[in-house]
Amino acid sequence: MEPLVELRNVTFGYNDVPVLSEIDMHLHRGQFAAVVGPSGAGKTSLLKLVLGTQKPNHGSVLVGGRALAGEPAPYVSYVPQVDTIDWNFPVTVEQVVLMGRVRRTWLWPWPSRVDREHAYAVMERLQVAHLAQNHIRNLSGGQQQRVFLARALIAQPDLLVLDEPTSGVDMQTAEKMLHLLLDLNRDGMTILMTTHDLNMAAAHVPWAICINGRVIAQGPPVDVFTAETLSATYRGEMEVVRHNGMLLIYQKPHEHSLADVLPNPVPGHVPGDAGDIDAPAESNGTAAAWGAAPADLDIDQSPEEESEAEGASLARTIPV
Amino acid sequence: MHLLLEPFQFEFFRNGTMAAVMAGGLCGLIGVYIVLRGMSYIGHGLSHAIFGGAVVAYVMSWNFYIGAGMWGFISALLINKTVRSTKINADAAIGVITTASFAVGVALISRYRSFTRSFDAALFGNVLGVTTGDLWVIAGVSLMTAVMVFFIYRQLLFTTFDSEVAGIYGVKTGWIDTLFALMLAAALIAALQILGVTLIAAALVIPAITARLLTDSFNRIIFLSVAIGMLTGFVGMYLSFYVDVASGASIVLAQAFLFTVVLAVTSLQQRAQQRMVHTHV
Repeated sequence: MEPLVELRNVTFGYNDVPVLSEIDMHLHRGQFAAVVGPSGAGKTSLLKLVLGTQKPNHGSVLVGGRALAGEPAPYVSYVPQVDTIDWNFPVTVEQVVLMGRVRRTWLWPWPSRVDREHAYAVMERLQVAHLAQNHIRNLSGGQQQRVFLARALIAQPDLLVLDEPTSGVDMQTAEKMLHLLLDLNRDGMTILMTTHDLNMAAAHVPWAICINGRVIAQGPPVDVFTAETLSATYRGEMEVVRHNGMLLIYQKPHEHSLADVLPNPVPGHVPGDAGDIDAPAESNGTAAAWGAAPADLDIDQSPEEESEAEGASLARTIPV
Repeated sequence: MHLLLEPFQFEFFRNGTMAAVMAGGLCGLIGVYIVLRGMSYIGHGLSHAIFGGAVVAYVMSWNFYIGAGMWGFISALLINKTVRSTKINADAAIGVITTASFAVGVALISRYRSFTRSFDAALFGNVLGVTTGDLWVIAGVSLMTAVMVFFIYRQLLFTTFDSEVAGIYGVKTGWIDTLFALMLAAALIAALQILGVTLIAAALVIPAITARLLTDSFNRIIFLSVAIGMLTGFVGMYLSFYVDVASGASIVLAQAFLFTVVLAVTSLQQRAQQRMVHTHV
């Protein structure tokens, strides 16, 4: 089956500064993939190449079997990062959503009855129809995300591209957003998104692409999110805990305590005064917070740490 | 009543008032997009560029409207192109391109000292010189602009809101920017006679930001900005007649006065609302 999106040996950079090198990647119809990597890894550049707003220096980008030659990819909808949007711009929710129909309307300023029906059907599904006449500034973070998702969906795209849809919202809202995307994916929508939230991606997204200037690994998160791969991607010590089939990913904490960083965390307060909460277990202000790991916890450590940790207790000291 | 109607006895006042009202509405319409694109300085810059074009047109014996209009249009396109394809910001691009264009005009004036035509009117505006032909030009440009905005309304709105994303959704943003540059250059040429190079920027910006203070609705901003531009054009012309000051200055002062009043009222309303919120919390 021909992939919907295909990048063949793509190299891309700004002013001769390489951002992405030798990218080979493809996305089939119905796939849901998350691009992960540190800031500056080239995630947004990768999306721009797929959207056709940037041209590769070398290689080719094909969407729907057609090579993009500097023009936007057809039938692709895009949800930008929320912090790139001018929230003071005088538009209502309905006006923003109807922008998604702009390709289908020409030479008439008013939306047609069909346009409005489509808009309200999508807004109903995303539970923002009751906000249709509200100014976009007067919405919660989750509602704002859903409004821009509604704009993307009303265009009836083959591919939905989202740049960090879970940034700037609380965990519960991010979770709801990903469930919504999963529902859309189950209905057949092909989705490509970037995210910084590895744990959310691990729990919700069926396919992950780790990049840092190049593709480090791609595949199902359960295979790709290993300490080795993530440490290579983030160039830091990453640890992965596997628990009941779920992944918990975190960066290894530095081996210092808050007392080192903040010699006097509460100005004017002498440690040991009456009223202190239970004194830390160790004199340097840290506590054995994790204790011994439960038997079903499998901690996947970065390679250099693995040898050091052999035979040692799983108990680790982290800052309080 | 007689006193109020007195100025209309004079043909120059009737022509000037009609021109000021149409130019005010035209600038009010274009100004909304200028302000929302964060390019308020472009009116100031382009009017200077057009001045350069007007001098070139005179030296080359071209028609003023065609020569200065083409000059302004090309300057606007160059600004768009520079901003899109380089790392230079809009304000810097406007500064370089339009000031260089203005300098061409100044250089030509100083080189050919035997000018028979005064460029004072272009710099400061002069309603006394508004002919029936000028009225037709302003009316034509106003109608053309209104028709173009009507037909590209949705594309222009999306491009103004987020140009990059509009392109992804299929809007031909390059074409929209070109059409907008054409409308802007035409509007500036049409309004130059009334307002002058030095004051035209205010007529583009003030009605739009005053309307922005009054509402969050894009459609209402358009209507209010046009209405404010037309109203202050009329009031400014009256003031200019009775106070005996330049028409451009009196129109801009009328706009500035209205803006100050609206700003004061809306600020007081906001404070009152905040106080109510605090009281209820």
